[in-house]
Amino acid sequence: MSETSLVQEFTKGLWEEIPPFRLVLGLCPTLAVTKSVETGIGMGLALTFVLVCSNILVSALRKIIPSKVRIACFIVIIATFVVVVELSMQAFAYPLFLKLGIFIPLIVVNCIVLGRAEAFASKNGVGASIADGLGMGLGFTISLSVLGSIREIFGAGMWYGKEVFGASFQPFTFMVEAPGAFVCLGLLLAIMNLAGKK
Amino acid sequence: MGDYILLAISAILVNNILLIQYLGNCPFLGTSKKMDTAVGMAMAVVFVLTMAGIVTWILETVFLKPLGLEYIRTIVFILVIAALVQFVELFLKKSIPALYAGLGIFLPLITTNCAVMGVCLINIKEEYNFLEMLVSSLAYPAGFGLALILFAGIRERIIIGRVPTAMQDTAIGLVTAGFMSLSFLGFKGMI
Repeated sequence: MSETSLVQEFTKGLWEEIPPFRLVLGLCPTLAVTKSVETGIGMGLALTFVLVCSNILVSALRKIIPSKVRIACFIVIIATFVVVVELSMQAFAYPLFLKLGIFIPLIVVNCIVLGRAEAFASKNGVGASIADGLGMGLGFTISLSVLGSIREIFGAGMWYGKEVFGASFQPFTFMVEAPGAFVCLGLLLAIMNLAGKK
Repeated sequence: MGDYILLAISAILVNNILLIQYLGNCPFLGTSKKMDTAVGMAMAVVFVLTMAGIVTWILETVFLKPLGLEYIRTIVFILVIAALVQFVELFLKKSIPALYAGLGIFLPLITTNCAVMGVCLINIKEEYNFLEMLVSSLAYPAGFGLALILFAGIRERIIIGRVPTAMQDTAIGLVTAGFMSLSFLGFKGMI
């Protein structure tokens, strides 16, 4: 595999197929953990780790795994790495682990991870799969931090825990509540559509 | 008894799994374009989630907790759910073909529906006893079905209306879901 196509596999996750905007997959964590930038980035990085590791293993084993039971095998591989993330976050980033709550174990059912394993890693080599996993994971992290920033700035008047506006700012609490997540993501999606049309 | 009714109302309306807890949103947007598929998905979720909730809760209290194996809960639960879905599929195909045909492709899709796994984890996290677990495993999917079917009804109307090109499909769906979520947020004062 030549170097240019590796770069292509990496960058397609950052704009052309950026999850969750272009690939409308993995919406649940997108909506649930973007109350603040911090949780958004934490979730994004955890997902990136799982995605890269599972992509490596799936593509390394793609010739051994019988195609009839492939989905079950992928799920076991993904679940293993999710447990790795879960335990290491408990050990090294406990406050973040508490904030993310059940959404860490739920990475296992995140459609992006299984989707990439099935659509990409099971058909391509290890190098390309790493590039794909990194690109998709970082794209997801960027999307989550953008959404998290918007919601935190308007909903709490803060960014990464620091005050943005003066004391007179009235927080627009709608944004950090459940409906704000849906509306905000919907509007961002519409803006992406406008920008992508050219 | 009152506690259980309260728990059921809270699970169906106040903490609606789709609109307030944000679980199971991929099938929510994916299967809500037509009423038929929405009803199929809602039925499949009710069916599988109730069984998965019971099985995972028993596994947790009988095996994982006494043996101190809570750290592999994620792997065990997802395998149980995947196996259960396969089993339900085979069972329905053989004994109730009409229902099987109705649920169609939605059954296998349920394996990766985070609502199923999510409710199983909530049951454990809240330390429910057997009856409470039973109520929550029935009420959460009921809330899922309610929200999904209502949303499908709205979406069928939206198709008729004139939507700006950039907002079409998923974007307008998300904004609509946001306003539905706002109305469900109004139930918060009930309990």
